[in-house]
Amino acid sequence: MHRTPARRVAVLAAVAALGLSACGSESAEQPSGGGKVAITVTGQPPSSQAVERRIFDADVAEFEKLNPDIDIVPHEGFMDPKTFSAKLAGGQLEDVYYVYFTDPANIIARRQAADITDHIKDMAVVKQLQPALLDIFKDRNGKVYGLPTANYSMGLLYNRALFSKAGLDPDKPPASWDEVRAAARKISALGNGTIGFAELSKNNQGGWHLVTWAYAMGSQIARQEGGKWTADFNNAKVKQALQLLKDMRWTDNSMGDKQLLEATDVQRLMGAGQLGMYLGAPDNVPVLVKEFKGKYEDYGVAALPGSGTLLGGEGYMINPKASPEKIKAGLKWIDWKYLAADRIEPRIKQYLAENQPIGLPAVPTPDVYTGDTRTKQAELKTQHANVPEKNFASYLDGNTKLKGNLEPPNAQQVYAVLDNVMQGVLTNKDADIDQLLSDAEAKVNSALAQVK
Amino acid sequence: MPSLKSSEAPAPTGRPQWPVEARPAVRATTRLRRRINDNLTAYGLLAAALVVFALFSWYPIVRGILLSFQEVNFVDPPKWVGFDNFERLFADPLFATAWLNTLEFTAVALLLGFAVPFVTAVLLNELRHAKAFFRVAVYLPVMLPPVVVAMLWKWIYNPGPGLANATLGAVGLPGGAWLDSSSTAMVSLVIVSTWANMGSTTLIYLAALQTIPGELYESAELDGAGLFKRLWHVTIPQTKFVLMVLLLLQIVATMQVFTEPYVMTGGGPEDSTVTVLLLLYRYAFTYNDFGSASAMSLLLLIALAIFSGAYLRLTRTRSED
Repeated sequence: MHRTPARRVAVLAAVAALGLSACGSESAEQPSGGGKVAITVTGQPPSSQAVERRIFDADVAEFEKLNPDIDIVPHEGFMDPKTFSAKLAGGQLEDVYYVYFTDPANIIARRQAADITDHIKDMAVVKQLQPALLDIFKDRNGKVYGLPTANYSMGLLYNRALFSKAGLDPDKPPASWDEVRAAARKISALGNGTIGFAELSKNNQGGWHLVTWAYAMGSQIARQEGGKWTADFNNAKVKQALQLLKDMRWTDNSMGDKQLLEATDVQRLMGAGQLGMYLGAPDNVPVLVKEFKGKYEDYGVAALPGSGTLLGGEGYMINPKASPEKIKAGLKWIDWKYLAADRIEPRIKQYLAENQPIGLPAVPTPDVYTGDTRTKQAELKTQHANVPEKNFASYLDGNTKLKGNLEPPNAQQVYAVLDNVMQGVLTNKDADIDQLLSDAEAKVNSALAQVK
Repeated sequence: MPSLKSSEAPAPTGRPQWPVEARPAVRATTRLRRRINDNLTAYGLLAAALVVFALFSWYPIVRGILLSFQEVNFVDPPKWVGFDNFERLFADPLFATAWLNTLEFTAVALLLGFAVPFVTAVLLNELRHAKAFFRVAVYLPVMLPPVVVAMLWKWIYNPGPGLANATLGAVGLPGGAWLDSSSTAMVSLVIVSTWANMGSTTLIYLAALQTIPGELYESAELDGAGLFKRLWHVTIPQTKFVLMVLLLLQIVATMQVFTEPYVMTGGGPEDSTVTVLLLLYRYAFTYNDFGSASAMSLLLLIALAIFSGAYLRLTRTRSED
């Protein structure tokens, strides 16, 4: 076949046009025919978590039935900092997106969330939320950019079975750091690679936990003076914490040989029955039971010894490019799905029907409320509890005496620096704690200088 | 190749004139048409690649360079900030640490990663039996996904029940802390990287070795050259070009080390394995500061471009000498 240049040019142009149009096509707006508002939302559990997924999908269907003018388009997953900016840049960020408490400060500073202050004025539940939790989603002028939906405070998670095996009373978890140290020694003496106490020290998680240690000892991480943040952890209290960790690691040898651990590592050790204690929140327990075929009876959570703890949690924010209609629909969804006080009981019953744990201070009964709603939830939780509440009693009792502290500003940068301190103590027998802390102080000050 | 007829004079351009019967004007038109046709086909075949390169390679590079001088939140229009991103990087104490660590990784990786595959290739080339088996054995790790390699070595390096210490213990040697010590973590990462990547390099060396004519070795042997003299006077000079190219490629690749520290140490202990790319990743995906991350990638690009330019110039001068 003879091909003329003109024909070739035409073919080339067609190929190029096809390629360009394929690459340049904008993501289609979600269908919103018939006056319906379509909103994309994150928070849909992956299909591997069959029960949670079923509950979520049923909620979407019920919400849409109750609100025929709203179309919920669920997206699987939660917060992934790695893809957040790319999704925002590419117009793919969901209208309602999930965040950890670590995220809002930076997201607000970078103006990557919609201002919802005016939209939540009529939301009854907002007045029932703990003010400290709502503050996480506010800027310095008091404008609100999101809502908290669940929270935790860090506690001491322990393996009741190993406690019994080591001759310790599982109903009397350690109430002081000396008791933690003694219990760790006894558990590691069981041998066979059993570890008494494990601590995280990798990918910013060590820094995150060191902040918890500092709060427990009564120290702060950063203080604000005249609008400027400075590091506030190079003191005797944090030194005491690090010395204790160093002694457990190198003198008692009760923390295992392998360090640079992450949360999944300690969960695996705990799930395999090889670990006695670690710092964690009660929401770790369902993970241990589900992923490692454990029993709720075998795990307990105690309040942190000391005078304070770290508060963490999750919530939802709205895409800064969302229209007022979408913001309104999104807030309606957040309220109905996660917060509304009249849905506490239906939520509990929904979880019970799926044989899910009720009684833990975690989803579906998170500790986000104050006032009447808090009292109402506590009553319902006790009434429907299906896990041994006594295993978590010391956590709940003890937490009332602890000061709950929020994460420091520029948290991830601070954690990256403090990771180092944790690693120094856990991997270097001759670590100089004073030196580690003063080095970290200088670096954290440099990170805090960037706080806007 | 067709030869010029002795009776025909060469064309003024110096290009040969083929014996054709058409008139000169018609000949020129046909030639032009053929050239256009040929070029169109070539550009046509190139078009898809050009579009893909432009969209997925050149555009991101240019965008990255622009981002280095901007503050972005991907909502509002980018704000030009001059050299602020660079200043922020220079003020970060980890910036210098990351460069020093990366240079250390590159230096140790060159010592191990350059010499070990070469020696292995020479040994494989000398083998008389089980050649195929050893070649497969050396190449096998290349087929493992990098993250699998990292997870495997995490277990090998475990100071408790890990294979490394168990093996050392079996022969009465004391175990090491490997990744858990700031003094050995970097070398441990280099060992992993060398183990995982040496298969490809060894194969390239092996191919180069097999192009060396056997007569050269025979002559050397006749001249009484032993193994090392043959290696020095025959093997290395004959494979010099491949060695030089691989050296350059290896330096460019090792300066961009990321997977091993990311998966195995997270940059620890005590920042001893924070590399330039790992810090860049943190700026972009942990701190969401894409301006500073782009500034750092621009600095890495400049450093590697200067190094590659200097290296090429040096090797060209040497080879011309």
